[in-house]
Amino acid sequence: MASPKSRPRDGYPGRALSLILVIMVALVAIMFGTGNTKPRLGIDLAGGTSVTLQAKSTDPKAINPANMGIASSIMLDRVNGTGVTESTVQVQGNDEIVVNIPKGTNSTQVANELATTAKLGFRPVLAEQQQISASAVKSSPTPSATGGTKPGATPSPSATQPKLTGTASAAPSASKTQGDAVSGALKASPTAHASASTTAKAGTTPSAAPTAAAPGAPVSGQLGGTVPASLQGAFNALNCTTDAGRLQASAAARVKQDTDQIVACSQDAQGGVWTKYALDAVAVAGQDISGASAGLSTQTGQWQVNLSFNSKGSAQFTKTTTMLSTKTSPQNQFAIELDGQVQSSPQVTSTISGGQAQITGSFTQSDATSLSNVLSYGSLPLNFQQLEVVTVSPELGGSQLDAGLIAGLIGLILVVLYSVVYYRGLGLVAVASLAVSAVLTWSIMSLLGGAIGFALNLPAVCGAIVAIGITADSFVVYFERIRDELREGATLRPAVRNAWPRARRTILVSDFVSFLAAAVLYFFTVGKVQGFAFTLGLTTLLDVVVVFLFTKPLMTLLARRKFFASGHPWSGLSPERLGVRSPLRDGRSRRPSRPAASKEA
Amino acid sequence: MSRFGNIGHRLYTGEVSFDFVGRRKLWVIISGAILVLAVLGLSVRGLNLGIEFKGGDIYTFPKGSITLNQAQEAANKLTHDSSAVVQTQSGSRGDEITVQISSTEKIPADKGQAGLAANLGIPQDKVSTQFLSASWGHDISQKAIYGLIAFMVLVTLYLAFAFEWRLAVGALVALLHDLVITVGVYALVGFEVTSGTIIGFLTILGYSLYDTVVVFDGLKTATNKITKQNRLTYSDAANASLNSTLVRSINTSVLALLPVAALLFIGGGLLGAGVLNDISLALFIGLTAGAYSSICVATPMVAWLQEKRPEYLELARKVKQRKAADAKALAEGRSVEDDESAQDEVSIPAASTGGPRNQPVNRSRSDRRAGGRRG
Repeated sequence: MASPKSRPRDGYPGRALSLILVIMVALVAIMFGTGNTKPRLGIDLAGGTSVTLQAKSTDPKAINPANMGIASSIMLDRVNGTGVTESTVQVQGNDEIVVNIPKGTNSTQVANELATTAKLGFRPVLAEQQQISASAVKSSPTPSATGGTKPGATPSPSATQPKLTGTASAAPSASKTQGDAVSGALKASPTAHASASTTAKAGTTPSAAPTAAAPGAPVSGQLGGTVPASLQGAFNALNCTTDAGRLQASAAARVKQDTDQIVACSQDAQGGVWTKYALDAVAVAGQDISGASAGLSTQTGQWQVNLSFNSKGSAQFTKTTTMLSTKTSPQNQFAIELDGQVQSSPQVTSTISGGQAQITGSFTQSDATSLSNVLSYGSLPLNFQQLEVVTVSPELGGSQLDAGLIAGLIGLILVVLYSVVYYRGLGLVAVASLAVSAVLTWSIMSLLGGAIGFALNLPAVCGAIVAIGITADSFVVYFERIRDELREGATLRPAVRNAWPRARRTILVSDFVSFLAAAVLYFFTVGKVQGFAFTLGLTTLLDVVVVFLFTKPLMTLLARRKFFASGHPWSGLSPERLGVRSPLRDGRSRRPSRPAASKEA
Repeated sequence: MSRFGNIGHRLYTGEVSFDFVGRRKLWVIISGAILVLAVLGLSVRGLNLGIEFKGGDIYTFPKGSITLNQAQEAANKLTHDSSAVVQTQSGSRGDEITVQISSTEKIPADKGQAGLAANLGIPQDKVSTQFLSASWGHDISQKAIYGLIAFMVLVTLYLAFAFEWRLAVGALVALLHDLVITVGVYALVGFEVTSGTIIGFLTILGYSLYDTVVVFDGLKTATNKITKQNRLTYSDAANASLNSTLVRSINTSVLALLPVAALLFIGGGLLGAGVLNDISLALFIGLTAGAYSSICVATPMVAWLQEKRPEYLELARKVKQRKAADAKALAEGRSVEDDESAQDEVSIPAASTGGPRNQPVNRSRSDRRAGGRRG
C-alpha cells in the first residue's frame, strides 16, 4: 500500500477492471477467431478409444524424455497410418504415453498394435526395386531438366544411396561425388523409370505380381539383386507407393524375428520414387549401437551421421562390412530398418573396423539429425505395456457429460444461492466474479484444446466443478475481512481498503497451497488424474487473477456507492446484520463493548 | 439468516465463544476413536478395491430390452464359467449394463466386445470397453503415494517458511488425520476404491490445507504480540482467533462442499456417472473431516506445541498470577482497572484490523481506540 501521494489510496479500480475486460474480450475474440469455441472433449466424453501405455525397460535410464518423445512420434505415425484422423499421442508423466483415438470401429486392434516395440536393425540388402506411383508419373510429365544422369542409363539404385565409411577410409572427393550422385539420381527423369519398368515387369514372374499388374499399380524400376525364393511372393506383392502397402509391410515386418528375412519399403519417396527391399537377417541389432550423432564432415563440409558401436556391434559390423564390400550394388548395402521401414541404406565400399563409422551423402542438417535420432533412440529397449484401454461409445460419453454438466450447474446454483442469501449485495459481487472466472476458464480451456491438445475428460469436468468452491472461498475470505473491519467500527471505504492487504495475504497463501497440491498431483500422476489436476491448477490461478483484477476493484468502486456505503439492508453490509449497533456512517458513536475474549459461551 | 449474522458478530467480539482449544482432551478422544475405528476397519476389513486394481475388462452397454440374466449368460459364454460380474447402473439416457470380467480370464478386449455384441444382438460400437492391466491400480496408487510424500514435504517447508514449524506440524497432523479418516470410512462402509477415489483422496490434500491455512492466518495475527500482555495465554488467544474466524471457516467449508455435494448426489446419485461419484464421495468425506480437523485438531495441536515454549510458559505463569491478583482484588472489593499499558498493544481480534500499513491511514477516533476498552 506504500504509494506516491498522487495515487488515490484505493488505487485505480477502473484500470484493473478495464484490464480484465480487455483480457476477456481478447480471449473470446481469439476463441472465435481460431474457431476453438468449445473445449475439446476427451474420449470418455466424446466416445472413442483411449490407450494408456507404460514404458518398461531393464535399464531405468532408457526411460527418458527423449526416448518417450521418439516413441510417441512413432506411435503417432502408426495410428495415423491406419487412416484414423485426429488421434492424439501424448507423453504423460515420466513413463506413460496416452493415445486417444476418436470413434472408430476397429480401434481396439489399433490399440493392440501400438504396444509393439519399434525395433532397429542393420540388415544387408538382398534385392531392391524402385517403384514410382502412376499418379506421380502423370503429374510430372515434363522431362527432367537435370542432365546429371544419362537418359539411357539404368537407374542404378546404388547411386541413390548414401555411403557408409569408416573413420579413416573416407575419401573426400568420393563422398562428394556420391552426394551429388544422390541428388542427381533423385531427380532422374521419369521417362528413365518408365522405360525401365517394362524390363522389370518382363523380368518378374507375372503370376507372382498381382498388385503390379493391377490397374493404377506402381510403375516399377529394375530389380537389383536376387530376391530369395521365400520372399519372392511377398516382395512382388509389396506396393510401396500406397500408405496401405507400406503399413502392411511394416506390420508384417514387426512380427518377424531378427533372424528372419523380410521385405520392407523405404521410409519416404525420393522424388516420387519409392524403393522396396528384400532384406537379410539382422546383422547388427540396434541395441549394439552405442551412439549416433549428426555433424559436419571436416573433410567435405557436408552433413553426415557419425556412428559408434559397442564391442559386440563392432565385431558384427566389421564382419558384415567385410562381406558386403566384396559384393556389387545393390547387395553392398546396409539397410537401417526401423519398424519395418528402411530409414536409409548406405553402401559399403570397404571393411569398417574399430566400431566407428560415418554415413555420408547429400544430407541436409535435418535429415542427418533425424537419422541420428533414429539410430540413437529407435532401438532402445523400450517395451510398452498396455495399462488401460478404454473404448467409450458416443452414447455413454454423452450421458456422462450430461451428468457432469447438470451436477455442475446445480452446484453453481447452490453456491450462488448461498452467497446471495448470506452476503446479499456482496453475494452479487461474488456471482459476477464467478461469471468472470467462468468466461476465463471456458475460453482458456477452448484455446488450450487447439494449442496443446488439452482435452476435457470427466475428471477434468469434476475438477472444474470442485473449483467453483475454491473460487467462492476467496470471496468469503475477502468479504469476511471487510465485515470484520466494519465490526471494528470503520466506515465502508476504509474498511474495503484496509481489509484487502490481510485478505490478499490469506488468499495468496491458501491458493498457493491449493496450487501446490494441483501441481504435485499433475506431476506425479497420469491420465485421468492429470486432467483433474490441470483443471484445478488452472482455476486456482484464475481465481487469483479474478480476485485481484475484478473482485477487489469492483468492491472499491461499489464502496463509493450509496447503496453499499450506507449499509442498506440488502447490501450485506448493514450494521444490524453485523451486530454493530450504530449506523456505519456515524464513526464517532460508541463502539459496542467487548467482553473478554476468553469468556466461554 | 440475520440471526446467524448476529452470532457471527458475537463470535467475533468474543461475546459468544466456544472453548475449542481448551477441550483438547475431548477432540483427542473423538479423533482417537474415529482413527482407531478407521485403522481397525482398514486392517480387518481392508479396502474394497475396484477392478482397476485387480485388472480386467469392463463392458458397458445400454440396457434396452436386455435382461440381466441374458447379459450374464452372454458373459458366461465368453468366460466359460460364471465369474463375470453383471450389474445395471442408471445413466442419464436410460439404464446401462456393466459386465466386469477379471484379467485372469484373459479375454482380449476386442474379442470380448465382439462376443458380447454378437451374443446379445446389439451393434458392436454400442459396447464400451475398458481394459485395465493388473498393474494399473498398483501403479496409480504407488504414484499417488509418491505424490503424497512430495506434497507433504513441500507443503511443510512452505508452511514452516510462511508461518513456523509448529504450525506446519499442526497442519500436517490435521492432513493425515483427514486422510486416515477418509480411507477408514471407505474401509468400514465398503465403498469401492477406484481411480476416481484416488483422485478424491489426493484432492483432499489441497482442500484440507486450504481450510487450515485460512484458520492459521488468523491465528498468526492474533498471537503476534501476545507476550506483551498478561491477560491471555497462547491457548486463550488461539481460541479467540478461532472463534473470530469461525464464521469464515464455516462459510468456506460450506461453499466448498456445495458443488461437491451436487456432484455426489445429483451427478453421481441420480445420473449414475461412475467417476463423478467416486471423486465426489471421497472429497465429501475428506472435506467434512477437513472442516472439523482444521478447527478441532490443527489449532489445539499448535496451541499444545506452543505452550511448551519457554516464552509462552512464562506468559501462562504471568496470566495465572494476574488472575490471582484480580481475584484477590475483587475479594477485597477493589475494582479491577486496566492499568497495564502493555495490554493495549494486543487486542484480540481487534489487532487484525490492519495488515501492513506504511502510511497514516485516515481512521476514525473510535478505531484508534479499538481494543482499549476491554475487561
